[in-house]
Amino acid sequence: MQISLDNFSRVMKYVPLFGRGLVVTVLLSLVTVLLGFVLAFILAMMSLSSVKILRAISTVYVQIVRCTPMMVQVLIMYYLLTGLIPFPRVFLFGYIEVGRFIPAAISLALNSGGYMSDVIRGGIEGIDQGQTEAARSLGMTKGQTMRYIIIPQAIKNILPSFANEFVTIIKESSVCSVIGVAEITKQAQNVQSATFISLEPLFVATFLYFCLCFPTSRIIAYFERRMRASDQR
Amino acid sequence: MTSDNIMIQVKDLKKYYNGEKIKALDGVNINVNRGDVMVVIGPSGSGKSTFLRSLNLLEIPTSGQIIVDGVDITGSEIDLDKFRQKMGMVFQHFNLFPHKTILENLTIAPIIVKKENEEKANKKAMELLDRVGLADRAKAYPVQLSGGQKQRVAIVRALCMDPEIMLFDEPTSALDPEMVGEVLDVMKELARDGMTMVTVTHEMGFAREVGNRVVFMDGGNIVEQGTPEEIFGSPKSPRLQDFLRKVL
Repeated sequence: MQISLDNFSRVMKYVPLFGRGLVVTVLLSLVTVLLGFVLAFILAMMSLSSVKILRAISTVYVQIVRCTPMMVQVLIMYYLLTGLIPFPRVFLFGYIEVGRFIPAAISLALNSGGYMSDVIRGGIEGIDQGQTEAARSLGMTKGQTMRYIIIPQAIKNILPSFANEFVTIIKESSVCSVIGVAEITKQAQNVQSATFISLEPLFVATFLYFCLCFPTSRIIAYFERRMRASDQR
Repeated sequence: MTSDNIMIQVKDLKKYYNGEKIKALDGVNINVNRGDVMVVIGPSGSGKSTFLRSLNLLEIPTSGQIIVDGVDITGSEIDLDKFRQKMGMVFQHFNLFPHKTILENLTIAPIIVKKENEEKANKKAMELLDRVGLADRAKAYPVQLSGGQKQRVAIVRALCMDPEIMLFDEPTSALDPEMVGEVLDVMKELARDGMTMVTVTHEMGFAREVGNRVVFMDGGNIVEQGTPEEIFGSPKSPRLQDFLRKVL
Protein backbone atom coordinates (compact mmCIF):
# COMPACT_ATOMS: atom_id res chain seq x y z
CA MET A 1 0.00 0.00 0.00
CA GLN A 2 1.26 3.41 -0.76
CA ILE A 3 -0.15 6.87 -0.75
CA SER A 4 1.37 8.94 -3.46
CA LEU A 5 0.91 12.24 -5.18
CA ASP A 6 0.86 10.32 -8.41
CA ASN A 7 -2.18 8.39 -7.21
CA PHE A 8 -3.86 11.60 -6.18
CA SER A 9 -3.27 13.21 -9.52
CA ARG A 10 -4.81 10.18 -11.22
CA VAL A 11 -7.81 10.33 -8.90
CA MET A 12 -8.16 14.04 -9.58
CA LYS A 13 -9.11 13.30 -13.16
CA TYR A 14 -12.39 12.10 -11.73
CA VAL A 15 -13.24 15.35 -9.99
CA PRO A 16 -16.45 15.75 -12.07
CA LEU A 17 -17.66 12.39 -10.71
CA PHE A 18 -17.04 13.52 -7.14
CA GLY A 19 -18.80 16.76 -7.98
CA ARG A 20 -21.89 14.84 -9.04
CA GLY A 21 -21.63 12.74 -5.90
CA LEU A 22 -21.55 15.90 -3.84
CA VAL A 23 -24.70 17.21 -5.52
CA VAL A 24 -26.47 13.89 -4.94
CA THR A 25 -25.46 13.76 -1.28
CA VAL A 26 -26.66 17.31 -0.63
CA LEU A 27 -29.94 16.82 -2.50
CA LEU A 28 -30.58 13.49 -0.83
CA SER A 29 -29.95 14.98 2.62
CA LEU A 30 -32.18 17.97 1.96
CA VAL A 31 -35.07 15.88 0.69
CA THR A 32 -34.62 13.50 3.61
CA VAL A 33 -34.66 16.23 6.23
CA LEU A 34 -37.81 17.79 4.77
CA LEU A 35 -39.70 14.51 4.41
CA GLY A 36 -38.36 13.39 7.77
CA PHE A 37 -39.63 16.57 9.42
CA VAL A 38 -43.15 15.99 8.13
CA LEU A 39 -43.09 12.37 9.27
CA ALA A 40 -41.58 13.26 12.63
CA PHE A 41 -44.25 15.89 13.17
CA ILE A 42 -47.04 13.43 12.40
CA LEU A 43 -45.48 10.81 14.68
CA ALA A 44 -45.09 13.36 17.47
CA MET A 45 -48.73 14.44 17.16
CA MET A 46 -49.76 10.80 17.28
CA SER A 47 -47.69 10.15 20.38
CA LEU A 48 -49.27 13.17 22.09
CA SER A 49 -52.76 12.23 21.02
CA SER A 50 -55.38 11.10 23.47
CA VAL A 51 -56.23 8.20 21.16
CA LYS A 52 -54.47 5.14 22.53
CA ILE A 53 -54.09 3.33 19.22
CA LEU A 54 -52.33 6.31 17.61
CA ARG A 55 -49.93 6.47 20.51
CA ALA A 56 -49.24 2.75 20.20
CA ILE A 57 -48.58 2.92 16.45
CA SER A 58 -46.18 5.80 16.94
CA THR A 59 -44.28 4.01 19.72
CA VAL A 60 -43.99 0.75 17.81
CA TYR A 61 -42.81 2.55 14.70
CA VAL A 62 -40.13 4.51 16.52
CA GLN A 63 -38.85 1.40 18.27
CA ILE A 64 -38.64 -0.57 15.02
CA VAL A 65 -36.67 2.22 13.38
CA ARG A 66 -34.32 2.53 16.35
CA CYS A 67 -33.71 -1.15 16.90
CA THR A 68 -32.85 -2.20 13.36
CA PRO A 69 -29.77 -1.30 11.33
CA MET A 70 -30.11 1.52 8.87
CA MET A 71 -28.43 -0.40 6.08
CA VAL A 72 -31.00 -3.17 6.36
CA GLN A 73 -33.79 -0.56 6.30
CA VAL A 74 -32.35 0.98 3.16
CA LEU A 75 -32.01 -2.38 1.43
CA ILE A 76 -35.54 -3.43 2.37
CA MET A 77 -37.06 -0.16 1.16
CA TYR A 78 -35.12 -0.38 -2.09
CA TYR A 79 -36.28 -3.89 -2.96
CA LEU A 80 -39.77 -3.23 -1.65
CA LEU A 81 -40.28 0.00 -3.59
CA THR A 82 -38.64 -1.08 -6.82
CA GLY A 83 -40.67 -4.30 -6.59
CA LEU A 84 -43.92 -2.42 -6.10
CA ILE A 85 -43.36 0.52 -8.42
CA PRO A 86 -41.74 0.02 -11.80
CA PHE A 87 -39.60 3.19 -11.74
CA PRO A 88 -38.79 4.38 -15.25
CA ARG A 89 -35.08 4.75 -15.97
CA VAL A 90 -35.16 8.51 -15.67
CA PHE A 91 -32.11 10.56 -14.79
CA LEU A 92 -32.42 13.92 -13.11
CA PHE A 93 -29.78 16.42 -14.41
CA GLY A 94 -28.59 13.50 -16.52
CA TYR A 95 -26.99 11.58 -13.67
CA ILE A 96 -29.36 11.18 -10.69
CA GLU A 97 -31.16 7.89 -11.19
CA VAL A 98 -34.69 8.46 -9.93
CA GLY A 99 -35.36 4.76 -9.34
CA ARG A 100 -32.56 4.66 -6.77
CA PHE A 101 -32.74 8.20 -5.42
CA ILE A 102 -36.41 8.02 -4.40
CA PRO A 103 -36.19 4.76 -2.42
CA ALA A 104 -33.03 6.08 -0.77
CA ALA A 105 -34.67 9.37 0.21
CA ILE A 106 -37.77 7.61 1.49
CA SER A 107 -35.91 5.09 3.60
CA LEU A 108 -33.61 7.74 5.05
CA ALA A 109 -36.65 9.90 5.82
CA LEU A 110 -38.48 7.00 7.45
CA ASN A 111 -35.46 6.47 9.65
CA SER A 112 -34.79 10.10 10.44
CA GLY A 113 -38.47 10.82 11.07
CA GLY A 114 -38.54 8.10 13.69
CA TYR A 115 -35.58 9.55 15.51
CA MET A 116 -36.73 13.13 15.24
CA SER A 117 -40.29 12.54 16.41
CA ASP A 118 -38.97 12.28 19.96
CA VAL A 119 -37.22 15.61 19.55
CA ILE A 120 -40.44 17.26 18.39
CA ARG A 121 -42.45 15.65 21.15
CA GLY A 122 -39.87 16.76 23.68
CA GLY A 123 -39.98 20.29 22.28
CA ILE A 124 -43.74 20.41 22.61
CA GLU A 125 -43.81 18.84 26.06
CA GLY A 126 -41.11 21.25 27.14
CA ILE A 127 -43.50 24.18 26.80
CA ASP A 128 -44.87 25.20 30.18
CA GLN A 129 -48.26 23.67 30.95
CA GLY A 130 -49.41 27.16 31.96
CA GLN A 131 -49.34 28.18 28.29
CA THR A 132 -51.92 25.56 27.45
CA GLU A 133 -54.02 26.49 30.46
CA ALA A 134 -53.95 30.18 29.56
CA ALA A 135 -54.93 29.47 25.96
CA ARG A 136 -57.70 27.05 26.89
CA SER A 137 -59.01 29.45 29.54
CA LEU A 138 -59.39 32.04 26.77
CA GLY A 139 -61.66 29.64 24.91
CA MET A 140 -59.17 28.31 22.38
CA THR A 141 -59.66 24.75 21.28
CA LYS A 142 -56.99 22.11 21.70
CA GLY A 143 -56.05 22.49 18.03
CA GLN A 144 -55.89 26.29 18.14
CA THR A 145 -53.75 26.10 21.27
CA MET A 146 -51.32 23.78 19.50
CA ARG A 147 -51.21 25.84 16.36
CA TYR A 148 -50.99 29.37 17.70
CA ILE A 149 -49.42 28.96 21.12
CA ILE A 150 -47.50 25.73 21.59
CA ILE A 151 -45.97 24.90 18.21
CA PRO A 152 -44.58 28.38 17.47
CA GLN A 153 -42.73 28.23 20.79
CA ALA A 154 -41.68 24.61 20.36
CA ILE A 155 -40.24 25.25 16.88
CA LYS A 156 -37.59 27.41 18.44
CA ASN A 157 -36.45 24.50 20.61
CA ILE A 158 -36.72 22.03 17.77
CA LEU A 159 -35.07 23.81 14.84
CA PRO A 160 -31.45 23.49 16.02
CA SER A 161 -31.92 19.73 16.42
CA PHE A 162 -33.23 19.53 12.89
CA ALA A 163 -30.28 21.42 11.54
CA ASN A 164 -28.01 19.02 13.37
CA GLU A 165 -30.01 16.14 11.97
CA PHE A 166 -29.19 17.52 8.52
CA VAL A 167 -25.49 17.15 9.30
CA THR A 168 -26.05 13.62 10.58
CA ILE A 169 -27.96 12.66 7.46
CA ILE A 170 -25.22 14.00 5.19
CA LYS A 171 -22.91 11.44 6.78
CA GLU A 172 -25.40 8.61 7.13
CA SER A 173 -26.57 8.95 3.55
CA SER A 174 -23.32 7.22 2.59
CA VAL A 175 -25.13 4.00 3.42
CA CYS A 176 -27.20 4.53 0.28
CA SER A 177 -24.19 3.52 -1.76
CA VAL A 178 -25.27 -0.08 -1.13
CA ILE A 179 -28.30 0.43 -3.36
CA GLY A 180 -26.23 2.17 -5.99
CA VAL A 181 -27.18 5.78 -5.36
CA ALA A 182 -24.32 7.71 -6.90
CA GLU A 183 -23.57 9.89 -3.91
CA ILE A 184 -20.09 10.71 -2.65
CA THR A 185 -19.22 7.29 -1.23
CA LYS A 186 -20.51 5.45 -4.26
CA GLN A 187 -18.52 7.72 -6.55
CA ALA A 188 -15.41 7.07 -4.49
CA GLN A 189 -15.99 3.35 -5.05
CA ASN A 190 -16.48 3.97 -8.75
CA VAL A 191 -13.18 5.80 -8.90
CA GLN A 192 -11.53 2.95 -7.01
CA SER A 193 -12.80 0.50 -9.61
CA ALA A 194 -11.70 2.65 -12.49
CA THR A 195 -8.20 3.39 -11.20
CA PHE A 196 -7.42 0.40 -8.96
CA ILE A 197 -6.39 2.94 -6.34
CA SER A 198 -8.05 2.11 -3.04
CA LEU A 199 -7.17 4.78 -0.49
CA GLU A 200 -6.94 8.11 -2.23
CA PRO A 201 -10.53 8.20 -3.53
CA LEU A 202 -11.72 7.63 0.04
CA PHE A 203 -9.58 10.53 1.22
CA VAL A 204 -11.27 12.73 -1.34
CA ALA A 205 -14.66 11.52 -0.11
CA THR A 206 -13.65 12.20 3.49
CA PHE A 207 -12.55 15.68 2.55
CA LEU A 208 -15.86 16.38 0.82
CA TYR A 209 -17.96 15.14 3.77
CA PHE A 210 -15.90 17.24 6.14
CA CYS A 211 -16.27 20.32 3.96
CA LEU A 212 -20.03 19.85 3.99
CA CYS A 213 -20.49 19.07 7.66
CA PHE A 214 -17.99 21.29 9.42
CA PRO A 215 -19.18 24.67 8.09
CA THR A 216 -22.81 23.62 8.38
CA SER A 217 -22.47 22.72 12.04
CA ARG A 218 -20.60 25.96 12.73
CA ILE A 219 -23.37 27.96 11.07
CA ILE A 220 -25.98 26.13 13.14
CA ALA A 221 -24.05 26.77 16.33
CA TYR A 222 -23.90 30.45 15.42
CA PHE A 223 -27.65 30.71 14.93
CA GLU A 224 -28.31 28.75 18.10
CA ARG A 225 -26.26 31.27 20.05
CA ARG A 226 -28.10 34.15 18.44
CA MET A 227 -31.49 32.63 19.16
CA ARG A 228 -30.59 32.12 22.77
CA ALA A 229 -29.46 35.72 22.99
CA SER A 230 -32.79 36.93 21.63
CA ASP A 231 -34.53 35.09 24.47
CA GLN A 232 -32.87 37.45 26.92
CA ARG A 233 -34.17 40.47 25.12
CA MET B 1 -82.22 36.10 46.48
CA THR B 2 -83.77 35.14 43.19
CA SER B 3 -82.41 32.20 41.28
CA ASP B 4 -81.58 34.19 38.15
CA ASN B 5 -79.10 36.05 40.24
CA ILE B 6 -77.11 32.89 40.61
CA MET B 7 -74.30 32.69 38.12
CA ILE B 8 -72.48 29.54 39.10
CA GLN B 9 -73.91 26.76 41.21
CA VAL B 10 -71.43 24.27 42.56
CA LYS B 11 -72.99 21.06 43.82
CA ASP B 12 -71.15 18.39 45.78
CA LEU B 13 -67.93 18.96 43.86
CA LYS B 14 -65.30 16.30 44.45
CA LYS B 15 -61.81 15.93 43.11
CA TYR B 16 -59.83 12.87 44.12
CA TYR B 17 -56.32 11.92 43.10
CA ASN B 18 -54.78 8.47 43.28
CA GLY B 19 -58.10 6.69 43.48
CA GLU B 20 -59.49 8.10 46.72
CA LYS B 21 -56.25 8.61 48.56
CA ILE B 22 -55.97 12.37 48.08
CA LYS B 23 -59.17 14.34 48.40
CA ALA B 24 -58.40 17.78 47.00
CA LEU B 25 -62.08 18.68 47.01
CA ASP B 26 -64.45 16.70 49.15
CA GLY B 27 -67.98 17.77 48.38
CA VAL B 28 -67.99 21.53 47.88
CA ASN B 29 -71.36 23.31 47.64
CA ILE B 30 -71.56 27.00 46.91
CA ASN B 31 -73.26 29.56 44.68
CA VAL B 32 -71.58 32.49 43.01
CA ASN B 33 -74.02 35.33 42.41
CA ARG B 34 -73.84 37.95 39.72
CA GLY B 35 -71.74 40.84 40.97
CA ASP B 36 -70.15 38.83 43.76
CA VAL B 37 -66.59 39.57 44.68
CA MET B 38 -65.83 36.30 46.35
CA VAL B 39 -62.50 35.82 48.02
CA VAL B 40 -61.37 32.29 48.82
CA ILE B 41 -58.83 31.96 51.61
CA GLY B 42 -57.29 29.00 53.38
CA PRO B 43 -54.02 27.25 54.14
CA SER B 44 -52.02 25.77 51.28
CA GLY B 45 -53.32 22.38 50.28
CA SER B 46 -56.80 23.34 51.38
CA GLY B 47 -58.16 22.83 47.86
CA LYS B 48 -58.86 26.48 47.12
CA SER B 49 -56.87 26.56 43.88
CA THR B 50 -58.35 23.23 42.79
CA PHE B 51 -61.78 24.66 43.47
CA LEU B 52 -61.09 27.75 41.36
CA ARG B 53 -59.55 25.76 38.53
CA SER B 54 -62.54 23.44 38.55
CA LEU B 55 -64.86 26.34 37.83
CA ASN B 56 -63.64 26.52 34.22
CA LEU B 57 -62.72 22.85 34.14
CA LEU B 58 -58.97 23.26 33.99
CA GLU B 59 -59.31 20.55 36.63
CA ILE B 60 -61.80 17.88 35.70
CA PRO B 61 -63.77 17.07 38.84
CA THR B 62 -64.17 13.46 39.92
CA SER B 63 -67.86 14.04 40.58
CA GLY B 64 -70.35 16.78 41.25
CA GLN B 65 -71.93 19.50 39.17
CA ILE B 66 -70.94 22.98 38.10
CA ILE B 67 -73.95 24.80 36.74
CA VAL B 68 -73.22 27.98 34.82
CA ASP B 69 -76.21 30.01 33.72
CA GLY B 70 -78.38 26.95 34.19
CA VAL B 71 -76.19 24.55 32.22
CA ASP B 72 -74.16 21.80 33.83
CA ILE B 73 -70.73 22.20 32.29
CA THR B 74 -69.48 18.90 33.68
CA GLY B 75 -71.77 17.19 31.19
CA SER B 76 -69.94 15.77 28.21
CA GLU B 77 -72.19 17.16 25.50
CA ILE B 78 -71.58 20.86 26.06
CA ASP B 79 -69.18 23.07 24.15
CA LEU B 80 -66.61 23.72 26.83
CA ASP B 81 -64.60 26.19 24.77
CA LYS B 82 -67.70 28.33 24.45
CA PHE B 83 -68.18 28.36 28.21
CA ARG B 84 -64.57 29.18 28.89
CA GLN B 85 -65.01 32.36 26.85
CA LYS B 86 -67.37 33.59 29.52
CA MET B 87 -64.84 33.03 32.25
CA GLY B 88 -61.63 34.99 32.27
CA MET B 89 -58.78 33.51 34.25
CA VAL B 90 -55.69 35.09 35.73
CA PHE B 91 -52.86 32.84 36.88
CA GLN B 92 -50.26 33.09 39.58
CA HIS B 93 -47.47 32.93 36.99
CA PHE B 94 -49.18 35.21 34.44
CA ASN B 95 -48.76 32.70 31.60
CA LEU B 96 -48.43 35.39 28.96
CA PHE B 97 -47.50 34.09 25.53
CA PRO B 98 -43.77 34.90 25.29
CA HIS B 99 -43.57 34.72 21.50
CA LYS B 100 -46.20 37.40 21.03
CA THR B 101 -46.15 41.12 21.72
CA ILE B 102 -48.33 42.52 24.46
CA LEU B 103 -50.89 43.66 21.92
CA GLU B 104 -50.88 40.25 20.23
CA ASN B 105 -51.31 38.58 23.60
CA LEU B 106 -54.46 40.61 24.06
CA THR B 107 -55.94 40.17 20.61
CA ILE B 108 -55.14 36.60 19.66
CA ALA B 109 -58.11 35.05 21.44
CA PRO B 110 -60.67 37.64 20.25
CA ILE B 111 -59.37 37.25 16.70
CA ILE B 112 -59.15 33.49 16.41
CA VAL B 113 -61.83 32.43 18.89
CA LYS B 114 -64.41 35.16 18.49
CA LYS B 115 -63.45 35.97 14.87
CA GLU B 116 -63.31 39.67 15.67
CA ASN B 117 -61.63 41.72 13.00
CA GLU B 118 -58.15 42.78 13.83
CA GLU B 119 -58.77 46.49 13.82
CA LYS B 120 -61.62 46.25 16.27
CA ALA B 121 -59.72 43.86 18.52
CA ASN B 122 -56.69 46.15 18.50
CA LYS B 123 -58.79 49.17 19.36
CA LYS B 124 -60.45 47.48 22.30
CA ALA B 125 -57.16 46.05 23.53
CA MET B 126 -55.49 49.46 23.41
CA GLU B 127 -58.35 51.06 25.36
CA LEU B 128 -58.13 48.44 28.08
CA LEU B 129 -54.34 48.59 28.10
CA ASP B 130 -54.58 52.32 28.55
CA ARG B 131 -56.83 51.83 31.56
CA VAL B 132 -54.15 49.81 33.32
CA GLY B 133 -51.53 52.38 32.28
CA LEU B 134 -49.59 50.19 29.88
CA ALA B 135 -50.59 51.53 26.46
CA ASP B 136 -46.97 52.49 25.77
CA ARG B 137 -45.87 48.86 26.12
CA ALA B 138 -48.16 47.46 23.43
CA LYS B 139 -45.29 46.59 21.10
CA ALA B 140 -43.10 45.11 23.83
CA TYR B 141 -42.66 41.43 24.54
CA PRO B 142 -43.60 39.89 27.90
CA VAL B 143 -39.95 39.36 28.94
CA GLN B 144 -39.47 43.12 28.81
CA LEU B 145 -42.13 43.73 31.46
CA SER B 146 -41.95 43.61 35.24
CA GLY B 147 -44.02 41.06 37.13
CA GLY B 148 -46.65 43.58 38.08
CA GLN B 149 -46.92 44.81 34.50
CA LYS B 150 -47.23 41.23 33.24
CA GLN B 151 -50.05 40.51 35.63
CA ARG B 152 -51.89 43.67 34.62
CA VAL B 153 -51.53 42.58 30.99
CA ALA B 154 -52.80 39.12 31.92
CA ILE B 155 -55.89 40.67 33.48
CA VAL B 156 -56.49 42.75 30.37
CA ARG B 157 -55.99 39.68 28.19
CA ALA B 158 -58.84 37.96 29.99
CA LEU B 159 -60.99 41.11 29.82
CA CYS B 160 -60.57 41.35 26.06
CA MET B 161 -62.84 38.32 25.74
CA ASP B 162 -65.64 40.21 27.54
CA PRO B 163 -66.02 37.59 30.27
CA GLU B 164 -68.98 37.54 32.61
CA ILE B 165 -66.85 36.37 35.46
CA MET B 166 -63.17 36.62 36.31
CA LEU B 167 -61.25 33.94 38.16
CA PHE B 168 -58.02 34.92 39.91
CA ASP B 169 -55.67 32.18 41.04
CA GLU B 170 -53.31 33.77 43.58
CA PRO B 171 -52.67 36.69 41.25
CA THR B 172 -50.15 38.43 43.50
CA SER B 173 -48.29 35.46 44.99
CA ALA B 174 -45.49 35.49 42.44
CA LEU B 175 -44.93 39.23 42.62
CA ASP B 176 -42.31 41.24 44.40
CA PRO B 177 -43.98 43.02 47.33
CA GLU B 178 -43.72 46.48 45.78
CA MET B 179 -45.71 45.29 42.74
CA VAL B 180 -48.63 43.76 44.61
CA GLY B 181 -50.37 47.08 44.97
CA GLU B 182 -50.58 47.93 41.27
CA VAL B 183 -52.25 44.58 40.53
CA LEU B 184 -54.66 44.82 43.44
CA ASP B 185 -55.60 48.32 42.28
CA VAL B 186 -56.66 46.98 38.90
CA MET B 187 -58.67 44.26 40.60
CA LYS B 188 -60.34 46.75 42.90
CA GLU B 189 -61.35 48.86 39.94
CA LEU B 190 -62.81 45.80 38.27
CA ALA B 191 -64.80 44.99 41.37
CA ARG B 192 -66.09 48.55 41.55
CA ASP B 193 -67.21 48.26 37.93
CA GLY B 194 -69.42 45.37 38.99
CA MET B 195 -67.44 42.45 37.58
CA THR B 196 -68.25 39.11 39.13
CA MET B 197 -65.01 37.81 40.59
CA VAL B 198 -63.73 34.76 42.40
CA THR B 199 -60.28 35.28 43.83
CA VAL B 200 -57.99 32.87 45.60
CA THR B 201 -55.51 34.96 47.51
CA HIS B 202 -53.33 35.38 50.55
CA GLU B 203 -53.96 39.12 50.55
CA MET B 204 -56.23 39.44 53.58
CA GLY B 205 -56.33 43.19 53.13
CA PHE B 206 -57.86 42.74 49.70
CA ALA B 207 -60.33 40.17 51.03
CA ARG B 208 -61.43 42.54 53.76
CA GLU B 209 -61.55 45.69 51.69
CA VAL B 210 -62.94 44.53 48.35
CA GLY B 211 -64.66 41.20 48.90
CA ASN B 212 -68.36 41.03 49.62
CA ARG B 213 -68.09 37.35 50.50
CA VAL B 214 -65.16 35.53 52.04
CA VAL B 215 -64.95 31.76 51.87
CA PHE B 216 -62.58 29.83 54.10
CA MET B 217 -61.53 26.42 52.84
CA ASP B 218 -59.62 23.70 54.61
CA GLY B 219 -59.14 20.02 53.88
CA GLY B 220 -61.02 20.16 50.58
CA ASN B 221 -64.11 21.67 52.09
CA ILE B 222 -65.69 25.03 52.76
CA VAL B 223 -65.40 25.41 56.49
CA GLU B 224 -66.91 28.84 56.90
CA GLN B 225 -68.20 31.64 54.74
CA GLY B 226 -69.65 35.06 55.28
CA THR B 227 -69.06 38.75 54.87
CA PRO B 228 -65.55 40.05 55.51
CA GLU B 229 -66.79 41.46 58.82
CA GLU B 230 -68.08 38.08 59.93
CA ILE B 231 -65.03 36.13 58.78
CA PHE B 232 -62.39 38.50 60.08
CA GLY B 233 -64.39 40.06 62.92
CA SER B 234 -66.03 37.05 64.52
CA PRO B 235 -64.70 33.79 63.12
CA LYS B 236 -66.67 30.84 64.49
CA SER B 237 -64.79 27.68 63.64
CA PRO B 238 -61.56 26.94 65.51
CA ARG B 239 -59.78 26.13 62.24
CA LEU B 240 -60.52 29.58 60.85
CA GLN B 241 -59.54 31.22 64.12
CA ASP B 242 -56.28 29.30 64.02
CA PHE B 243 -55.66 30.23 60.38
CA LEU B 244 -56.33 33.92 60.97
CA ARG B 245 -54.02 33.95 63.99
CA LYS B 246 -51.25 32.70 61.73
CA VAL B 247 -51.75 35.01 58.78
CA LEU B 248 -52.85 38.27 60.33
